[in-house]
Amino acid sequence: MVQQKTIGRRLTAGSIYLLLALLALLCIIPLLNVLAISFSSTKAIDQGLVTLWPVEFSVRAYHYVTGNSTFMTSAAVSLKRVFLGTIINMVLTVLVAYPLSLESKNFKPRTWYVWFFVFTMLFHGGLVPNYVVVTQTHLIDTIWALIIPGAVPIFNVVLVLNFMRGLPKELAESAFIDGAGHWKLLGRIIVPLSKPVLATVMLFTVVGHWNEWFAGIIYMNSPKHYPLASFLQTVMVSIDITKIGNPIELAELVKLNNRAIRAAEIFLAALPVLLVYPFLQRYFITGIVMGSVKE
Amino acid sequence: MTPARGRWRQNVPLHFMLLPGLILTLIYSYGSMLGNVIAFQDFLPSRGLFGSDWVGLENFKYVYSLPQTGQVIRNTLFISVMKMSAGLIVPIATALLLNEIAKQWFKRTVQTLVYLPHFMSWVILGGILHDVLSPNGGIVNEVLGLFGIEPIYFLGSERIFPFVLVGTNEWKEFGFSTIVYLAAITSINPVLYESAVIDGANRWQQMLRITLPGMLPIIILMSTLSLGNILNAGFDQVFNLYNPSVYTTGDIIDTYVYRIALINGQLAVGTAVGLFKSVISFFLIAISYTMAYRYANYRIF
Repeated sequence: MVQQKTIGRRLTAGSIYLLLALLALLCIIPLLNVLAISFSSTKAIDQGLVTLWPVEFSVRAYHYVTGNSTFMTSAAVSLKRVFLGTIINMVLTVLVAYPLSLESKNFKPRTWYVWFFVFTMLFHGGLVPNYVVVTQTHLIDTIWALIIPGAVPIFNVVLVLNFMRGLPKELAESAFIDGAGHWKLLGRIIVPLSKPVLATVMLFTVVGHWNEWFAGIIYMNSPKHYPLASFLQTVMVSIDITKIGNPIELAELVKLNNRAIRAAEIFLAALPVLLVYPFLQRYFITGIVMGSVKE
Repeated sequence: MTPARGRWRQNVPLHFMLLPGLILTLIYSYGSMLGNVIAFQDFLPSRGLFGSDWVGLENFKYVYSLPQTGQVIRNTLFISVMKMSAGLIVPIATALLLNEIAKQWFKRTVQTLVYLPHFMSWVILGGILHDVLSPNGGIVNEVLGLFGIEPIYFLGSERIFPFVLVGTNEWKEFGFSTIVYLAAITSINPVLYESAVIDGANRWQQMLRITLPGMLPIIILMSTLSLGNILNAGFDQVFNLYNPSVYTTGDIIDTYVYRIALINGQLAVGTAVGLFKSVISFFLIAISYTMAYRYANYRIF
């Protein structure tokens, strides 16, 4: 479209660019501020000199955090959770999505199964019932309490199911003519073709498991078993005295109150997500659009 | 083999595929739905589900009599409605602005940056916000100080706490909705714009007469779907940002249930409130999905 480059038009365009730039900066400035604090000296922080760049550069806070065994143990728990949880989620998602993606005329019980799973999106048990079920199934204080209850993520199943439906029917037909059964069809054809949606779902699952903190707090009896997000919750937000048992932990927590150390903890916990983010970039736009915009 | 039997034989593997997911969902989703019977019991963990006495609606009557219950429901609704309104205005405005951008690299960079906070958990953001909004030394109050404004205790003042919740939540989530609305804008037929230009419309008129109406289906869809969520004012966020001094305006149903059930140990009462919320939410979600299906052809499956 040919437009007249009048002063008025230039001004509007310029202000739009400026506004959007400010908005975008607003989204990263808090993160940059915390990053800068984590690399600054305590003196500079207390004097309020740190804004977006470290003042009196120091890696003292990071030394402390990586030396802190509770932080590192929790990080290990989180890594284990992400690894196990993602594998289980992905396998179950594919196994549930594939049969549900078939048409009713080819798989009669399909509608019944779909309603069985989708109903759980409409009605939830609630905090206490969930806790009781997890207790009764002996998952309390184990890593499985963080993985098993949410093992079948229906929302992801729906995304994958819809994608699989969009694949050409001829693929299935020719595979059946060649004598392949459902397993072969799923493994050799459907899954490889579903890579885009599976990659999206996997990345969201990884981030979800890394960030999830509430389950760790209510299902774990000892802070030693907390995943990183739960551990951070206990030291970060408010030191809830009711949660601390012994005086040694309390003293440790008070020391951790130091701003630079908290900043270092925040940044280290956010780092994996930030590293994965460029890869998410490639997929998330299609992912959201797939999930929200329907014909 | 008849075709029907052949088909049934062939589909046996499908049932096996569904089996693990079925069992897990049965135990952990449906099992916990059944667990709601605790709301009707004088529940003692030692006695379990089958050993505790039945008390009918006692727990519900007790909750109804507590003064905080009404307050908590009002807070939840207020915060939710504010969040839904902001959740429409900010992303739509941003999408419209982004649509005007010609330079692709700028557009992509802005999208990348505004979507970033969505991936931070509220624990991380809680930590960041506690620091950034702090009345002593937090960067926001430092900047306000440059203009001669006194430090504001954002997370401690019950008057502004709900607005801090809405504002920071919007900051975290507007990127997501912006992308959805942007996608909707790009799907508008370019021919409409071209004929408008020929008729002499300027960018502003094009936006009002073509872009906004073109986005209307998606806007209605997103609003309808968010209706079902109205009782979830955002537990993760509130839990990580609140403290007792803002309970009167910041306490929502889910944080209330948490404290009653897990801090006070009144499991049955907490379950009663939770059940109440789940039942109402169920109707809201069912209605909103039905409306989305009828008027916007939206199908989940």
